Amino acid sequence: MDLIIPQINFSAIAPALTVMITAVVVLLIGLFFQKVQRELLAIVGIIGLIVSLGELGRMWGKDITGFGGMVGNDNFTIAFQMIFIIAAFLAALLSLNRIEDEYVSYGEFYGLLLFALSGIIVMVQGLNLLIVFLGLEILSISLYILTGFRKMRADSIEAALKYFLLGAFSTGFLLYGIALIYGTTGSFSFKGISSYVNANGFTNVLFVAGIILFLVGLAFKAAFVPFHQWTPDVYQGAPTPIAAFMSVGAKGAAFAVLIRLFVSVAAFSTREWTIAIWVLALLTMTIGNVVAIVQQNIKRMLAYSSIAHAGYILVGVLAGNEMGRSAVLFYLMAYTFMNLGAFGVVSYLGISHKVENLRIESYRGIGYKYPFAALAMAVFMFSLAGVPPTAGFIGKFYLFSAALKAGFVWLVILSVLNAVISAYYYLRVVVAMYMQEPEEGKVFELPAASWGVGLALLLAVLGVLYMGIFPSSLMQLFQKTAELISML
Amino acid sequence: MVTVLLYLFGILAILSALGMVFHRNPVYSALFLVVTFFSLASIYALLGAQFLSIIQVMVYAGAIMVLFVFVIMLLNLRKEVRLPIGKPAQVIFGVIFGLLLFVEGLLIIKSGSISGTLGRYPQAKVNVIGNVEALGNLLFTKYLFPFELASIILLVGMIGAIILGRKKMPKEL
Repeated sequence: MDLIIPQINFSAIAPALTVMITAVVVLLIGLFFQKVQRELLAIVGIIGLIVSLGELGRMWGKDITGFGGMVGNDNFTIAFQMIFIIAAFLAALLSLNRIEDEYVSYGEFYGLLLFALSGIIVMVQGLNLLIVFLGLEILSISLYILTGFRKMRADSIEAALKYFLLGAFSTGFLLYGIALIYGTTGSFSFKGISSYVNANGFTNVLFVAGIILFLVGLAFKAAFVPFHQWTPDVYQGAPTPIAAFMSVGAKGAAFAVLIRLFVSVAAFSTREWTIAIWVLALLTMTIGNVVAIVQQNIKRMLAYSSIAHAGYILVGVLAGNEMGRSAVLFYLMAYTFMNLGAFGVVSYLGISHKVENLRIESYRGIGYKYPFAALAMAVFMFSLAGVPPTAGFIGKFYLFSAALKAGFVWLVILSVLNAVISAYYYLRVVVAMYMQEPEEGKVFELPAASWGVGLALLLAVLGVLYMGIFPSSLMQLFQKTAELISML
Repeated sequence: MVTVLLYLFGILAILSALGMVFHRNPVYSALFLVVTFFSLASIYALLGAQFLSIIQVMVYAGAIMVLFVFVIMLLNLRKEVRLPIGKPAQVIFGVIFGLLLFVEGLLIIKSGSISGTLGRYPQAKVNVIGNVEALGNLLFTKYLFPFELASIILLVGMIGAIILGRKKMPKEL
């Protein structure tokens, strides 16, 4: 029997490969040079990230595929990958925070962060459900471990175990869905599934069941309501920079796959599927926002807020037009800056002298004692709430106008109402920082910030303001990617 | 004959899986799991996937179960202590939706609108060239990239086991 080896084309997986190699290098440096400073590890990792960004830039516009059509990079995918690399970059800087000294094996820490990123990249560029699944597994397993990294703490272990058990369960759903899809269509590739649906529609019950199970698995990873129960506990227990990365990375990757599926299978715009996604989007944002109001712990509040934001992004996915897709990219970019920034401030203010300052009350009066951190936090909160002139406002504007254009008037009205509700709990933090007296008469003491945290917060603030004030250039870029989205 | 055996092993697999979940003694649970694995291996063999069936026995029923039993013996487990399952509302909710899902599954099977699509290697072709060759051929040509990705998953898993299992962290440097 002849072996026909498909065209391999390593340049198609160059970004993922770079990140994986960097991860191994960081791991080995951490292993053999125990005395090495963690700054060095972070810098090595960041160099790898910059190299892989450069590779993505080189691939722009070329539609490079590899491994016989298993992976492909159209501009849309490249834009997604760039956003995730920026998220990992910010998370790596944030984890230089001197305060969170509890996780000590930094080689493994940065190595796993990079592995998680490589999983996301693989997942996003996969044109085949098998690749998507394996990428998702690399991502999830790395995140389970990173969640439990502060293993001397009960809440970290609890979060890791919870995330692992529920995550493994949802992976089962996803895999069963893929198996049913394969059994009915005879193909793992989006192209094959698409041509099957074009020929047969959704007449085969097993195929529909497979798609639903697949969507449930993705919905779990993206924390849509009612698959969101794990989110607050996991974000609370995980190291703060990891929670920040999770809120952007794991969610965004699921969105990328969802959009890829919806674009390649045009029949998803039928009424039944639209209603299902409509309800999912509304439930996700409403429950996220309403429950966020009563949270006292700021990490839990941000967790529910991230659920709500997934709902907003789902509105853009539902719009299904080019504008919706570019709006999703724009919003995800904005969300990366504002959410990583907000988690960064939480991480910076997190622990002083072994006392945790994670309740919203403990933020009272810090506006005068830590003006820069408080100012940054205020910018992120305004942006998350969608107040102009921040990126969050422009992003919501694009998302909702795309949905309006597609005719989802009621959903847009309800989404705007949701944004109004969310302003309450975001502004509560700002009010606490600037307009309330400290709890015990004075504000807690903090050691000086490390350069990494300062740089990350500065970049995030600049990103939020730049995208809010000059959105057009970036939006034009994203619009080009959305026009070009092809199945390769 | 094959159909009868398929049903037999299917029922055996389900019953032993239930036994594994419900039995209080961990050693019995582990043994029930072995029975489940063997039933699955038999189903694979009946469906013509002999290679998978042998791998199933060797890897799961062999290697992994031995590890399980070792761990159980080392940990010196007693009979497990059961915590209450949950709030009554949760139980009722779970039972209702579980039953709904079950009925849905039955309806799907009864509706008869199930059809599959054959892949590149249908049973007749596999019987000619053999399981191992077909699998190896696909694994190192078409599915080369997924195959390599699986190694990354294993690496990440190993790192995780070491980190979470290590007793003491190295001192802060």
